[in-house]
Amino acid sequence: MNYFNQDLASLHADLVAKKVSAKELTQATLDNIKDTDTKIDAFLNLNEDAALAQAAKIDEAGISDDQPLAGIPVALKDNIVTKGLTTTAASKMLADFKPVYDATVTEKLAAAQMITVGKTNLDEFAMGGSTENSAFKPTKNAWDQTKVPGGSSGGSAAAVASGQVPVALGSDTGGSIRQPASFNGIVGIKPTYGRVSRWGLIAFGSSLDQIGPLTHGVKDNATVLSAIAGHDDHDLTSSTQAVPDFAADLNDATSVKGLRIGLPKEYLADGVSDDVKAAILAAADTYRKLGATVDEVSLPHNKYGVAAYYIIASSEASSNLQRFDGIRYGYRAKDVQNLEDVYVKSRSEGFGDEVKRRIMLGTFSLSAGFYDAYFLKAAKVRTVIMNDFKAILKDHDFIMGPVAPTPAFGLGDEIKDPITMYMNDVLTIPVNLAGLPGLSLPAGFSNGLPVGMQLIGRPFDESTLYRAGYAFEQSTDFHTQLPTLGGQN
Amino acid sequence: MANRITREQVQHVAGLAKLEFTDAQLDAFTPQLDDIIGLFETLSEVDTTGVEATSSVSDQLNVMREDVADNWGQSEALLKNAPDAARGFIKVPAIIDESEDNE
Repeated sequence: MNYFNQDLASLHADLVAKKVSAKELTQATLDNIKDTDTKIDAFLNLNEDAALAQAAKIDEAGISDDQPLAGIPVALKDNIVTKGLTTTAASKMLADFKPVYDATVTEKLAAAQMITVGKTNLDEFAMGGSTENSAFKPTKNAWDQTKVPGGSSGGSAAAVASGQVPVALGSDTGGSIRQPASFNGIVGIKPTYGRVSRWGLIAFGSSLDQIGPLTHGVKDNATVLSAIAGHDDHDLTSSTQAVPDFAADLNDATSVKGLRIGLPKEYLADGVSDDVKAAILAAADTYRKLGATVDEVSLPHNKYGVAAYYIIASSEASSNLQRFDGIRYGYRAKDVQNLEDVYVKSRSEGFGDEVKRRIMLGTFSLSAGFYDAYFLKAAKVRTVIMNDFKAILKDHDFIMGPVAPTPAFGLGDEIKDPITMYMNDVLTIPVNLAGLPGLSLPAGFSNGLPVGMQLIGRPFDESTLYRAGYAFEQSTDFHTQLPTLGGQN
Repeated sequence: MANRITREQVQHVAGLAKLEFTDAQLDAFTPQLDDIIGLFETLSEVDTTGVEATSSVSDQLNVMREDVADNWGQSEALLKNAPDAARGFIKVPAIIDESEDNE
């Protein structure tokens, strides 16, 4: 079983017609994961018994037409808590942690009767862009196992791209859904800040974090976002705005005719590889042919996004990660003599290098004497960056550009150089700072590796991004090309 | 090295963050943090006179609710996550270092 040739609608039709049972589908999915994960290393933990039991229950009750996700397997990034199922955030700190509650998205997936088959690998606490910062193992790119899958949702992206699951959830603080989706040739969305509840997402940068789905196609992505979005009393930043049925208006008549698209010149600047530029310019031509206009626009402060982000995200992280103190849960150092030692040694032994670097940067930026020059300055630059986007989106329906400056890089190539790694996020970070929705979808290839395109929209206007993404998908064949990984025959 | 942050400052910040580093780790971390702080300082090029700081991009306002006690009934599961527990309590080492009492 793999999910290269079937979208969710077709899987749903098979389940309703009883061509396959939910239990058979779940078993086949688990078997295929075990078979292919020796190469991909996308999963940290499988939910085998509970998944099969849930599937059997669903089969017993039967699946009706109005349950489009019932019986369909899904994987969750391992920073989304799952009651009773080990949730590690890919950290030694939480290696044995069993949550006592479900995240809101976990509950919503269960309410839609999706079957959680396992938890996927990530950079520790979602800090990184290659999944090499996992305390347990690096995940491999679905297209070339010598390349990184991107990150931090690298496990979720590689699992979908290699046909292990049809859907996975990720989280995106500075590009962590969109960049791995791009590196693996699949579709991923970072919804508008507040669209999806963060309750039960292990917090990294609370003013930036959003959960979103990764899928093969645009329509599948839209279907799953509608299922997980909405206001939640447990997360006061979640929006009370109504959640549309995003997939409902995606069909043969979906058109971008008359839409105005902005293409920021900064998104095609130095540092963006020639193949990536060529793919985006070709995509702009595709949109013109489909009846949209594409204007060159400018995001003059884009280049300050990385610096502002690493101050703000690290500051929020240093505060959020104070809770890991070796007392109530998580790792506790051995042979400690007093309480101070419990804190210091547990944290120093339990966290990996990148997490410590971010805690240090955040603590520094917030510390007495440096707060105004660093944290407060970054929070003001954030406003300036938001205003750049507002100015363009006033008279453009959305913005297009690359997701990342290059395709997937080699395992081990950049992990020793934090600044190079941070600069990879230059095109995704500003979208989180501004709280806007960003959709990543396949738009080309470079030496056999996928190249992604990013569509950035107005707050809560994921609908326009999905429509534009769907129209692009209908006119191109990038999404139909598949990695040459085992299982598809 | 530009010395935006010294080794002593790194140690001071580590203390605030309840982290400790070996000499070798400090040798590696100090120049890395110094480079990253150099990147941070590029923000001084942006004129932010009269610009308000943004701390949240949520469209929601703070909402108050009644403070109602709720028993999740999961003390056993919670204690299972604790590194050390006994008789319904989390166990920690002595708060006061006894070696200090002897002086």
